[in-house]
Amino acid sequence: MNIRVDKDVCTGCETCVTSCPYDSIIMEDGFAFINEYCQLCRACLSICPEGAIKEEGSGAGTSSESVDLDRYRGVLIFAEQRKGTLSHVSMELLGAGRRLANKLNTTLHAALLGADNNEAEELVRWGADKVFLCNDSLVRDFNDEPYTDLLSRIIDSNKPEIVLAGATAIGRSFLPRVAVRLRAGLTADCTSLEIEEGTRNLMQVRPAFGGNIMATIVCPDRRPQMATVRPRVMKKGEYDKNRKGEIVDIPLQAKTFKTSVIENIGDVSECGPGLQEAEIIVAGGRGMGGPKGYAMLKELSEAINGTVGASRAAVDEGWIPYSQQVGQTGKTVCPKIYIACGISGAVQHLVGMQSSDMIIAINKNPDAPIFNISNYGIVGDIHEIVPLLIRRIEEERSRK
Amino acid sequence: MNITVCIKQVPDTSEVRINPETNTLIRDGVPSIINPYDLHALEAALSIKDATGANVSVLTMGPPQADSALKEAVAMGADDAYLLTDRAFAGSDTWATANTLATAIRKIGFDLILCGKQAIDGDTAQVGPGIAEFLSIPHIAYVSKIDTITEECVRVHRLMDDGYDVVESSTPLLMTIVKELNSPRLPSLKGKIRAKKAEIKKISNSDIEIKENDTGLPGSPTQVKNIFAPESKKDRKTIEGPPPDQVSQLVDILRSLKCI
Repeated sequence: MNIRVDKDVCTGCETCVTSCPYDSIIMEDGFAFINEYCQLCRACLSICPEGAIKEEGSGAGTSSESVDLDRYRGVLIFAEQRKGTLSHVSMELLGAGRRLANKLNTTLHAALLGADNNEAEELVRWGADKVFLCNDSLVRDFNDEPYTDLLSRIIDSNKPEIVLAGATAIGRSFLPRVAVRLRAGLTADCTSLEIEEGTRNLMQVRPAFGGNIMATIVCPDRRPQMATVRPRVMKKGEYDKNRKGEIVDIPLQAKTFKTSVIENIGDVSECGPGLQEAEIIVAGGRGMGGPKGYAMLKELSEAINGTVGASRAAVDEGWIPYSQQVGQTGKTVCPKIYIACGISGAVQHLVGMQSSDMIIAINKNPDAPIFNISNYGIVGDIHEIVPLLIRRIEEERSRK
Repeated sequence: MNITVCIKQVPDTSEVRINPETNTLIRDGVPSIINPYDLHALEAALSIKDATGANVSVLTMGPPQADSALKEAVAMGADDAYLLTDRAFAGSDTWATANTLATAIRKIGFDLILCGKQAIDGDTAQVGPGIAEFLSIPHIAYVSKIDTITEECVRVHRLMDDGYDVVESSTPLLMTIVKELNSPRLPSLKGKIRAKKAEIKKISNSDIEIKENDTGLPGSPTQVKNIFAPESKKDRKTIEGPPPDQVSQLVDILRSLKCI
């Protein structure tokens, strides 16, 4: 495929030039010209008042060595563990994977590295038909090298059509290597996965441009179709304690690696569970006014079993550690409930949290942009509202 | 030591919007910047240069006008600047981009490759680890602290979702950098003068000879099918009244959400 400007139709009006997110449309000899920075995002196609911008040719990946797509069947998920315990996202991937496998009338498999049989059986109960397990203690800690080798081998010998992993620090680090090794398409950070009607193609929806734009990505001509999936977006699979499945042992081949993990240091902050795993986040901004405001938010988050988050302003002031920063230069989160306290809502913050299920904002300024994306807005002083709220929650608790 | 820093010129995404009626991007007057994470990668390279006298090369793949990003990097202190530009690279996804950059890096030579953790336009974080795989060298993603670095090995902190890992690796090596590692320096006056005269070395596909099917659109397994605006919150409500009433309503909402 190619996007080009038909010079016979182009009037040189320059309307398209600013429509390109990649600055790839330039004016040349009075005509628009699309240069090599074009990412084929199609943003310009409908913008031209003359219809001079045209899409030509076939799709991507039409490489000469074509892949026999029918040799690939089944859905494989990479089940993540930390310190031997399955991460939430593993169960969510089984939920998403089961739905896709049913739609494709195929099987759901899981790959588990560095955990033991108990965890593998747990994956079966959460919906896996078969689990490929490497229980070698050398892969208990995350290490890109053996993880890439093992997952690539599992994929190569089983030829799944779809491979899913969590868009976590682990998944986002080594899945790109697996995709390169297998020459497979990989889409990062998906928030929705569907099967295209009439084909077996996976339609992968992901945010781009800091969440201001959503894009649907497809990989029509190569297999497997690989995607990392945002934690807390997909529904967990159904747990059935009587479910039976097969567990296949996968031995580790090489035993020495160029990189090694010396130690793991857990989050030292007392802000609650990890931000990206949190179901409830109580976040503070400059409006907190200081470290005391942070203590207040911590109290609120503890009362409702949440985690404390922060805007960049609060982190830059040194009130809250960087590990808790939400936004473009911090973490992207999508909890069930996000309570924004004294956060005005700069775009850089909004892109990190706007996909939360429910957003509640408390801010003194009725015109704060945070209210535009909130389900509920309270115009008020957080130093008045939050202590009152904590007291009311405690009363509610003691009544039970 | 030869350090290569991969940078990308990106639109300042905080200003990119989509028109929900026409499904087209609105980016009038959106400035192009060096991807913010890449500045942290460049700063890491320049600090190593300050300490050991390493040679720092910056490399970008993009259109001819991306040379302004390279000049800015030279002004900050980079020694050599390479612009990888060719119509053959057009439409590259992360697989094809990683392959193209890796092929160029192999030609430039390297001991250490540094990248930002991700670019803020695509947010994929896939190109860095992809380059390492193409070059058959190890990588460490999300580096937040460098403990030691020598010609033979490094010891760094790798940010994880539940804390951080202390990781050691031999070189050659690729690392992707998070913003916690450092604060990027500003270009010096001397640097700016140097940047003005600096030669940007152009690399086209005739220099690196990647096969047609291994770069650009033909080399890209994935393609963008369409783009659209994210759903907006439709059920926006304002909670009115004096603070005790507002809090009562809020408690009701939290109760209905099973928070309390």
